[in-house]
Amino acid sequence: MISPAVVLLLGWMLVPLSLTIYFSFLRYNLITPGANPFVGWENYYWFLTDPSFKAAMANTFMLVGGVLLITVAGGILFALLLDQPMWGQGIVRIMAIAPFFVMPTVSGLVWKNMFMNPVNGIFGHIAYGLGVQPIDFFSQIPLLSIILIVSWQWLPFATLILLTALQSLDQEQLEAAEMDGAGSMSRFIYIMLPHLARAITVVILIQTIFLLSIFAEILVTTNGGPGVSTTNLTYLIYVSSLLQFDVGIGSAGGVIAIILANIVAFFLMRMIGKNLDA
Amino acid sequence: MARSVTTARKTANTIVAGALGLLMFFPVLWIIILSFKTEGDAIKAPLEILFNTGWTTESYGTVQARSNYFKHFSNSLIISLGSTFLGILIAVPAAWAMAFVPAKRTKDVLMWMLSTKMLPPVGVLVPIYLIFRDLGLLDTRTGLVFVLMMINLPIIVWMLYTYFREIPGEILEAARMDGASLREEVIYVLLPMAIPGMASTVLLNIILAWNEAFWTLNLTAAKAAPLTAFIASYSSPEGLFYAKLSAASVMAIAPILIMGWFSQKQLVRGLTFGAVK
Repeated sequence: MISPAVVLLLGWMLVPLSLTIYFSFLRYNLITPGANPFVGWENYYWFLTDPSFKAAMANTFMLVGGVLLITVAGGILFALLLDQPMWGQGIVRIMAIAPFFVMPTVSGLVWKNMFMNPVNGIFGHIAYGLGVQPIDFFSQIPLLSIILIVSWQWLPFATLILLTALQSLDQEQLEAAEMDGAGSMSRFIYIMLPHLARAITVVILIQTIFLLSIFAEILVTTNGGPGVSTTNLTYLIYVSSLLQFDVGIGSAGGVIAIILANIVAFFLMRMIGKNLDA
Repeated sequence: MARSVTTARKTANTIVAGALGLLMFFPVLWIIILSFKTEGDAIKAPLEILFNTGWTTESYGTVQARSNYFKHFSNSLIISLGSTFLGILIAVPAAWAMAFVPAKRTKDVLMWMLSTKMLPPVGVLVPIYLIFRDLGLLDTRTGLVFVLMMINLPIIVWMLYTYFREIPGEILEAARMDGASLREEVIYVLLPMAIPGMASTVLLNIILAWNEAFWTLNLTAAKAAPLTAFIASYSSPEGLFYAKLSAASVMAIAPILIMGWFSQKQLVRGLTFGAVK
């Protein structure tokens, strides 16, 4: 009964994965047909010593780190706020999670044109109204612009998960602490934060897995530029494989991306495994 | 005891949360507004757009006339529905077996399935692209249905497994005692009870497939492009295009936005693999 799913997934994983590893040791370029000789670690050497690799790694870390910082901090605040008594909580929640359901190409293009365009975008109009020089987002702060767009997409995810965790907090514990004279700050630090620790870790791990693969937002806004200033690892591999047709080097990059994601996945799987027992 | 809250405090909460919620929602609201403006009006200053311009539905017509929008819309529909239902078909037996006849290795298999979801797509981009090229699957809906079914299969199995586990096994046993065959047991006893869970699983996976933007962008061109790839063509537009981009975007996100609001809870369950309860 399990077997169709297992066989399919196994094939889906093993066939391309072994091909990626195999290609990564070949000199294999789609524009220069002919023999594809075995070249050992050469592709890895070229990929790793390429200056754009170093830039792409730095950009990847900045992108993932920046988005995590904004979404986790913002998500905690938002979740705490939504957990408070208020009118129309359902409507507020619906509005707040909407960005998560907007497809990546739409959010990339809408932010790029309707908001961040220095002439016609809303930010440009505001700057003009205030009489200051508008920021040209994608040439002055390209990576930060992408971080902001992606954060907008992922803040709802963090908020929703942290809110779920917050709502499972024992209210009596909070009341007891309050009666014992604990202020709202110490209730947050000593009761809520420890309770949220697990959810925060999960948010960080899951988002990291997805954020390492950010692609569409970069493709429709900057194409990785200017220069390589918004090229992350995923985008760099895409450029080598499908734009420069260098299957060998692209595959070597692919192997490195897999290793990187596996480090994160290892910790995530440990947390999932622990919960499956319970 | 419910804690008493002053009306003032509740009002303050409502105002702050409402403002932040509106801020998050504003980009969506803004493209809805722009989609009903002319191209010339859509690039004006925000206040002028709001209070000093007329309304029109012409952009919706233009989008369809210039680029055969509904072809891409139906591509999205076919790809997301196709991959989801194919996935359900394959996942139901697997989830049934894991939930009701668990073996010693069941947990390991489930864990392994979830771990395949963590493989970065770019790591297998080259081989998949070449295999698709050689099989003639590039820019076909069949190819995308298959790929999206594969990348969402772990989530489908996982969600169905958690829903099936909530169904008491005794009921299935009783059906078996009464002489129901395995097929009858699954179709007449298990599935009707599992319908709410299956519906949520279907909903979440349609959303994920509809918005998937790595494989759809890399494996399609003009023919099979779903909306994710079609909208991307607005990254190199000609002339004024804000109203058209808005109209195309509103139609692309509206169905999913509505479905998404109904599946908030499933989102947490489906995407955290039970790591948050």
